[in-house]
Amino acid sequence: MSDFSHIEEQDYTRKFDPGLFKKLFLHMRRHWKKMGFVAAMMAVLAVTDVILPLMTRHAIDHYITPEGLSSPLWPFGLAYLGIILAQVGSVFLFILVAARVEHHVNYDMRMKGFRKLQELSFSYYDRTSVGYLMSRLTSDTNNLAEAFGWGLVDLVWAVIFLIAVTIAMLVINWQLALMVIAVVPVLAVITAWFQKHILKAQREVRKINSRITGAFNEGIMGVKTTKSLVREDANFEEFSHLTGDMRRAAVRAATLSAVFLPLVIAISSLASALVLGEGAARVLRGVISLGTLTAFVNYSVQFFNPIRDIAATFAEMQRIQAAAERVVSLLETEPDIQDSPAVVEKYGDNFHPRRENWEEIHGAVTFENVTFRYKDGTEVLSDFNLDVRPGETIAIVGPTGAGKSTIVNLLCRFYEPTAGRILIDGVDYRERSQLWLQSSLGYVLQEPHLFSGTVMDNLRYADPEASREQAMAAARLVNADAFIRKMDKGYDSEVGEGGSRLSTGEKQLISFARAILHNPRLFVLDEATSSVDTETEVLIQHAIEETLKGRTSFIIAHRLSTIRSADRILLLEGGRIAEEGRHEELLRRRGAYYELYTNQFREEAAGQLLGRRETAAEA
Amino acid sequence: MKKRNHRLLASLLRENLRYFLGAGILAILSVFLGFFTPAVLAEVLDNYLQGLPSRLPAFLAEAVEALGGRQFMRANLWLPGLALVMISVVSGACNFLKSRWTSIGAENSARRLRNDLYAHLQELPFAYHAKAATGDLVQRCTSDVDMVRRFMSMQLLSIVDAVMMVGIALALLIPISLKITIVSLVIMPALFLFAWQFFKLVVKAFRRADESDGRQTTVLQENLTGVRVVRAFGQAQREIEKYEEAAADTRDKYLKLAWLDAIYWSTGDMMGMAQSLLTLLFCLMEARAGRISVGDIVVFTSYIGMLIWPVRNLGRILSHGGRTMVSLERIDEILRQKRETDREDAAAPDLRGDIVFDRVNFAYEGGGEVLRDLSFTIPAGKTAAFLGATGSGKSSIALLMQRLYAPQSGRITIGGHNIAQVARRHLRARVGLVLQEPFLYSKTIYDNLRMAAPEAGQEMITRAARDAQALEFIEQSEKGWQTMVGERGVTLSGGQKQRAAIARTLLKDNDILIFDDSLSAVDTATDARIREALRRRSRDTTTIIISHRILTLAQADIIFVLEEGRISAQGSHEELISRPGLYQRIHHIQSGLEDEFLFQAHNGTREAAHE
Repeated sequence: MSDFSHIEEQDYTRKFDPGLFKKLFLHMRRHWKKMGFVAAMMAVLAVTDVILPLMTRHAIDHYITPEGLSSPLWPFGLAYLGIILAQVGSVFLFILVAARVEHHVNYDMRMKGFRKLQELSFSYYDRTSVGYLMSRLTSDTNNLAEAFGWGLVDLVWAVIFLIAVTIAMLVINWQLALMVIAVVPVLAVITAWFQKHILKAQREVRKINSRITGAFNEGIMGVKTTKSLVREDANFEEFSHLTGDMRRAAVRAATLSAVFLPLVIAISSLASALVLGEGAARVLRGVISLGTLTAFVNYSVQFFNPIRDIAATFAEMQRIQAAAERVVSLLETEPDIQDSPAVVEKYGDNFHPRRENWEEIHGAVTFENVTFRYKDGTEVLSDFNLDVRPGETIAIVGPTGAGKSTIVNLLCRFYEPTAGRILIDGVDYRERSQLWLQSSLGYVLQEPHLFSGTVMDNLRYADPEASREQAMAAARLVNADAFIRKMDKGYDSEVGEGGSRLSTGEKQLISFARAILHNPRLFVLDEATSSVDTETEVLIQHAIEETLKGRTSFIIAHRLSTIRSADRILLLEGGRIAEEGRHEELLRRRGAYYELYTNQFREEAAGQLLGRRETAAEA
Repeated sequence: MKKRNHRLLASLLRENLRYFLGAGILAILSVFLGFFTPAVLAEVLDNYLQGLPSRLPAFLAEAVEALGGRQFMRANLWLPGLALVMISVVSGACNFLKSRWTSIGAENSARRLRNDLYAHLQELPFAYHAKAATGDLVQRCTSDVDMVRRFMSMQLLSIVDAVMMVGIALALLIPISLKITIVSLVIMPALFLFAWQFFKLVVKAFRRADESDGRQTTVLQENLTGVRVVRAFGQAQREIEKYEEAAADTRDKYLKLAWLDAIYWSTGDMMGMAQSLLTLLFCLMEARAGRISVGDIVVFTSYIGMLIWPVRNLGRILSHGGRTMVSLERIDEILRQKRETDREDAAAPDLRGDIVFDRVNFAYEGGGEVLRDLSFTIPAGKTAAFLGATGSGKSSIALLMQRLYAPQSGRITIGGHNIAQVARRHLRARVGLVLQEPFLYSKTIYDNLRMAAPEAGQEMITRAARDAQALEFIEQSEKGWQTMVGERGVTLSGGQKQRAAIARTLLKDNDILIFDDSLSAVDTATDARIREALRRRSRDTTTIIISHRILTLAQADIIFVLEEGRISAQGSHEELISRPGLYQRIHHIQSGLEDEFLFQAHNGTREAAHE
C-alpha cells in the first residue's frame, strides 16, 4: 500500500472542541459500560499503588520495633498478597477490556464509515482521493480507538493516583505533604512544555520519514529513467540531504526526550530532599515514625508519573481531535444522490431492496433537456436530448471532454442531471430506487477492476448464485476460457490484488464475462475491449453482438468493429450531438465523423495487427 | 549468512564507536549512581536516626567524622537531602548524554544504511530491478532500517543497563547478606525466562493481527478503487458484508492478542511483586532476628524494585533481537548484489557515427531468446524506424543501446567503438532514450525538465517543451511551470507524460535519440508536429523510432521490420509496401478499411503522410 502519511501530517492549530468529542462519545454508546469497567479497574490499580508504600511503612513501624517483635508476620503477608492479587487482577482485566474497547470502537467506526462510503455519490469520490479515504478508515479510526481505549486508561489512573496519594500524604502528615506538593506546579509546567515540543519534534521526524519512503519508492520505480538520464549522482545528493535532515530532526527529538526525563527526576529529587531533611528531623524529634519517612520518600519519587501521563494525554489531544474531525465529517457527509422516502418505502434502499415491488425494465431510455454541470460550475452537457428504443445499440464517439462519459454516468445514475429528466421506460428514474436501475446494468470499463479472489469469484461478482457452469459459459462466450484454463488452478486461480496477476486485456475479458453473466437489461461498454488483441477481438465481436441483441446498450469505443455495427452513432462535441446516424451515413456526410475516422481508426487498425497486448503485458 | 550480518552490524558500531562506547561508560556510571540513593536513605535511617554504625565508604565516613560526625549530621539533615539532589543531577546528566550519544550513533548508522542502500540501488544493473518487487525493496529500505536503528538506539543499551544492574546489585547486596540476596533474586530468572519465551507468542500473535489488518485494508482499497463496479452491479450490501468479515477478523485477532497481552503483563507483574513481597518478608524476619537494620530493608527492597523492570525488559528485547538480525540480513541481501561496472579500459569517445549491431544475441534472464544473430547498420545522422509485433525485440534494442542490458554475444558499435568499452555514464549521456512509460519525479514540471540539463535556462526549456508539444498543457495548468507532478503531484495523462519526457530528453545534448514507442499515447496530429520539430531541431542526430504507427514510421530513412528477433525486411516505406511481408500486410489492412468508405480518404492521408 502506498504511503499516505503526508495526509496525516497537517498542522493542528485549532482549539479544543468538546462538542466534537461529545458527538463521538455518543457514537460509542455501546461501549460505555466497558469504558466504565476499565475506569473502575484503573481506580483499583491506582489505589493499590498508593497503598503499597503504606504497607512498607506499616511493616517498618510495627514488626521490627521492640514492642512489635512478637506480633505474627503472616497477617501482613496475607494482606500484602491480597493487594498483589487485586493489582494483578485489575491489570489483567483492564488490558483485556481496554483492548475490547479499542478494537470494538475501531470496528464500529470502520463499519459506519464503510457503510457511509457505499452511500456517498460519485461527486464525492471525484473530489476525494482514494488515499485520503483510506486513511480515514485506517489511521484515523486507529488513533481514535486507541485514544478511547488506552488514553482513558492513562488518564483515569493518573487522576485517581494523584488524588489518592495527595489524600494519603495529607492524612499522614500534612506539612510533609505540602513539601511534596510544592514541586507539582514546576513539574507540571515543565512536563507540559516538553510533551508539546517532543511531540512536535516527532511529527517533524515522521514527516521527513515519509519523504524518505517516497524517495526510495521513486528511486526504485524510476531507476530506468535515472540511469538513462545519468541522474545517479544528482539523485543521491538530494537523497543524502534528506537523510541528513532526518538525522538532525531525529537527534533533536531524541535530545529533547533525553533532557526531559533526567530534568524531571532531578526536580522531583528536590521534593525527596526536602522530605528527607525535614522528615528525618521530625523522626529525631519523635513526631513521625521511620516508616512514615520511607513512605514519603517513596511518594515523592512516584509523584511525577501521573503528571507525565496527564501531560502526554493532553499533548496527544490535538492529534486525536484532528482524527476525530475527519472521521465525524465523513460520517456526517450527506450523499448527493438519495432516493426519496417514498421511493425507499416502496422499492427499498441500497442495502435492503424490496425486489417484489420492482417493475421490469424494458430498456427505453430518454434524455429530456438534460443539462449537467459539475459542482465547480463547468457545464458538460447542455440541453441534451436523446431517445433510445429498447434493444437499440448506441455508439458514442467524440474527442476527450466532449461528454461521452458524462452521458454514461448519468444513465447509470452515478450522477443526476442538473436540469432536465432521464426516463427509463417512460418514468423519471428518480421515481425508482438506485438499486432498481443499477441491478439491471451491465457495466464494463476500459480499466477493468477485479477484486482479490479467484477468477470464479470475480465472474460471479454480480450474481453469487450463478452456477459454475453458467460462469464458464460466459467466459467461453468472450473467449476467456482458454487463458483461464491455462492458469495454475484454472477457474479457481487467484487473480491477485486488483487482478495484478492478469494483463489488462485478460481483465477486460473477465469483466466482460462478469457483465454477461449478470444478464442485464442495459449494457454500458466503456472502451471495454481496447486492450484485447486483434485475434481475440474478432472472436468476441460475435459474442458482443449476440449479447447485445435485445438489450439497450451504450458503447463508448474507438474500435471500429464495435462502432460499425451500432444501430446509431452519436458524435459528441462540446456536450452536444454534432452528428448522428449509422456508420455509412456518417462517412458519406464527410463531416466530423469522417475526420475522426480517418485520423484515428486507421492507425488503430494497424496497431492491432502488431499486437496491442504488448502494452498491457509490459505495464 | 549470519557472519555477514554481524559484520554489517559491527561496521556500523565501529563507525560510531566513540558514541556507543561513551554511552556505554555513562550507562554503567548512571546505573552505579542509581544505587546511591537508597544507600543515602539507609545511612540516614540507620546511622543518624537510630545510631547504628555508618556504612559509608571509609573516605566519606572520615569526611563526616571531620565535620562533627553523627551529631553534626543530625543538626544538618539537609545535607543528605542535598546528596540526593546531587546524585540525581549527576546521574541525570549521565543519562542525558548517554541517550543523546546513542541516538547520534543510531541515527548516523541509519543514515549510512539509507544512503548506502539508495546509492547501491541506483547502481545495480537494470536486470536486478526488472525482477525485484518495488514494495519489498522499499520495505527493506524503510522498516528494516528502522528496526536496526531502534535496536541501536534503545535495545543495545538496555541490555548493558540490565546486565550492569544485576551485576552491581549483586556486588552491593551480597556483603550485606548472602542469604537475603539469594532469596531476593530467586524469582528473577523465572521472570526473565517467562518474559523471553512468552513475549515470542505475543510477537507471533501480533504479526497475525497485523496481517489481518492488511487484508482488511486491501478489501477497503479494492472497494474504493472499484466503486464504479460495486455500484453498477448494485453490490453495496455484499461489499459491506465482505468488509464486515475482514474488519471483524482483524478485531478478533487483536482481541486474541489482548488475551496474551493481559496474561503477559499481569503474570509479569505478579512475579515481580511476589519477588518484592518475598524480599520484604524475609528482610523483616531477618530484622526481627536482629541480623539487619531498617536501612538494610530499604536498600534491599529498593534495589529489588530497581531490578524487576530491566530484567523483564531484557526478556522482551531478546525475543525481539532475532528480528533485528533478520532485518540486517534483508538489508545485506541488497547491499551484497553486484553493482554495474565499466571495464577498466572504458573510454568516453565521440559517438557521432554509424550504429552497427553485429550478430547480436540477447535473452532476458530466464527467458527465451529475444534477439537472434541480429545485424544491421544505421548510418550516422539518419532516421531509422523499427516495426515489429509483440515480443519481436524492438524495445530490447533500445535498452541494449544504453547498456541497460548487455548482449550475450555479438557486438554493438557506435562510430566504430564497441559500446561495451564505453563508460556507461558517458554512453547514456550521449544517447537520449525516451521510454514508452516515462517516469516523472515528484518535483515541479520545470525541475523535471531541467534535470536533464541543469545549466539550461528558461528559454531553452521553453523551446524544448514547445518542440515536444508540451508547452501548451504546461502553461495552461494552474501553476504553470511550477506544477508539481509525480506521485504527490497532479496526475498527467499518458500523452502529457510522454511529451514532458520528450522535452526532457531533448534538453540534453544527444548524439543519438531513441524513441521507444514514446509517442504511443499522443494523437496523430501531435505526433506529426513533434516529428516535424525534431527534424528542424537536430539534423545531424541519429534517430531511432520504435512505433506501431505506420504514419510515424513512414518517413524514416530506413525502416527495419523485426520478426522473432531478426530483421525480416528493411527499406524505405515505398520499398516495403511493394514487398510481401508484415509491413505490407499492415498496409493492406489499412487499404481494406479504406476500400470500405472512400477512395479519396486513402489518397488524402497518404498525401498527409508524405508532405
